Amino acid sequence: MLLFVLKRLLYVLPIAFGVSVICFTLVYLAPGGPESALIPDNTPPAVAAQIREAYGFDKPPPVQYLLWLRRVLTGDFGTSITTRRTVISEVMPAMLNTFKLAGGAVLLACIAGIALGTLGAYRNGRLSDRSIGAVAIAGISVPQYWLGMVLVVLFSVNLGILPATGMGETRSGIWDQASHLILPTLTLAVVPAGLIARSVRSTVGEILNQEFVQTLHANGLPPLRVFHHVIKNAAPPALAVIGLEFARLLGGSILVETVFSWPGTGFLLNSAIFMRDLPVVQGTVLVLAMFFVLTNVLVDILQMAFDPRFKRARAATGAAR
Amino acid sequence: MTDQALDLPVAKTPRSWVRRPRSYWGGVATRLSRDPVTLICAVILIAIVLAAIFAPFLGLEDPYKTSIVRRLKPPGTPGYPLGTDELGRDLLTRLIYGGRLSLLMGFIPVLVATLVGGTLGILAGYAGGLVNTAIMRTMDVFYAFPSVLLAVAISGVLGGGVVNGLISLTLIFIPSIARVSESVTMQVGTQDFVDAARATGAYPHQILLGHVLKNVIGPILVFASGLISISIVIAAGLSFLGLGVSPPQAEWGLMLSTLRPTIYVAPLNAILPGVMIFITSMCFNLMSDGFRNAMDVKA
Repeated sequence: MLLFVLKRLLYVLPIAFGVSVICFTLVYLAPGGPESALIPDNTPPAVAAQIREAYGFDKPPPVQYLLWLRRVLTGDFGTSITTRRTVISEVMPAMLNTFKLAGGAVLLACIAGIALGTLGAYRNGRLSDRSIGAVAIAGISVPQYWLGMVLVVLFSVNLGILPATGMGETRSGIWDQASHLILPTLTLAVVPAGLIARSVRSTVGEILNQEFVQTLHANGLPPLRVFHHVIKNAAPPALAVIGLEFARLLGGSILVETVFSWPGTGFLLNSAIFMRDLPVVQGTVLVLAMFFVLTNVLVDILQMAFDPRFKRARAATGAAR
Repeated sequence: MTDQALDLPVAKTPRSWVRRPRSYWGGVATRLSRDPVTLICAVILIAIVLAAIFAPFLGLEDPYKTSIVRRLKPPGTPGYPLGTDELGRDLLTRLIYGGRLSLLMGFIPVLVATLVGGTLGILAGYAGGLVNTAIMRTMDVFYAFPSVLLAVAISGVLGGGVVNGLISLTLIFIPSIARVSESVTMQVGTQDFVDAARATGAYPHQILLGHVLKNVIGPILVFASGLISISIVIAAGLSFLGLGVSPPQAEWGLMLSTLRPTIYVAPLNAILPGVMIFITSMCFNLMSDGFRNAMDVKA
């Protein structure tokens, strides 16, 4: 167990290195490179050279990468070109807001997805199972940014009961803030709910077909106790999907945050892209990707803790590298 | 065929079975033809694709002709069956024309990513060893990014536009296709018929093209078909953010974004482009499920 955790954690290092290289390269993909936003076209060559030297752009890329990495490791992600504040002070509050949204959404998605998936598996092949399947597939197909607009039309425009954008003032009370959370959370929850429902449906369905369930029934165990055993076996794979979805929501809520003007990382990234604020783009992507990597590791470890069989399965398929 | 078989006396059934030994793909086709959901989705998708391809010959309005006086006419207005947009352009026309870019931006990335990712994955799975490590560990790094984030970041930094959107979408699909290809290739590669071929002295390229490819292509295609709906949704999302297609081009995501401010005045018009994205994406998902079942792929 400990060895597995250590190995899994060690494997983060090369991935993190690769992620940092991609994030570093990202700004070089920009037309004109990283200096384009800093040096206007009509800058005198002498001044331009001065700026280049100040930012270290005159050195070869690998050296620049190492210098950049050293700064990043000490928590210095650079300064925003538009606001002149440190990138970290821009990203962290946004991260907190994204966490609120993603946390609520994944909770909602879990409840809906697990309930629907389990119900579907128990009603195997009947109308309710097939309807749940249809709802789930609609859930995973829906463009979230469109769903957000539809919900705004329903609840803000027609009914006028929920705010359409923003996140509310801290001083205007808890309800105001909560009401701003409802629509974006709901929007964000639909796709993961569909994915979780489909995954739970197939896992529970497979477990119900296994012999031990029949044996438990034959031994006269009450259905609720049998259900307990089923749940215990279905939990680890479900946990994996849920963890992955949470990680994805953290990085993938850009569109929903834009629709609802929710001041999270996605909104920050979007506005940074349009202001050509490359340090903020780089910092946000790096922080989000690192969270994604760490969440994935955490899920693997948790899954392992829940179900030791998992280690063997992973070793067999060679997926645990 | 089935109805006929049911009418026949029982004794004759085996004969018809003997007469038509089905190939694997024949079986797949038969199973597909008996799946109403897949068929309906196929019909809807074919209709959308054909309408998009032949849009100029359908006698539609000019998709770029604006008019201040007929802005935001509600759906059902005579002459404008689905109403008009914020610049007075006919919405039905623009939705049909919009399918061209939206579908292309959904298809091309998956197509290119399947070719590139599939090749990389099959190579990695078949060669093993150092080649596998080099290819798959590189893929792992790209896998460490949430896909929407990577697509937005890459196309955003590159400066938006259709081509940059296509590049970023292709990049986010390569790793997952490579992973699936690698794992199915490894499964096939350990089977006896591959060993047998090797024992009879077949060259690696003969084994790869003659035996491995034939057996891995099905699962890879099924997996890739499931990505088309995601690609369409993310591609439209890029345009929605202003990173893909640029105005006045017709594209569903961009139309959704330019109509968004009118949500309080003409909510129905504003939502229509999204309905197209939703229908297309859902049909692709249902079809992919149908193919998966018909081909009996577990992936």
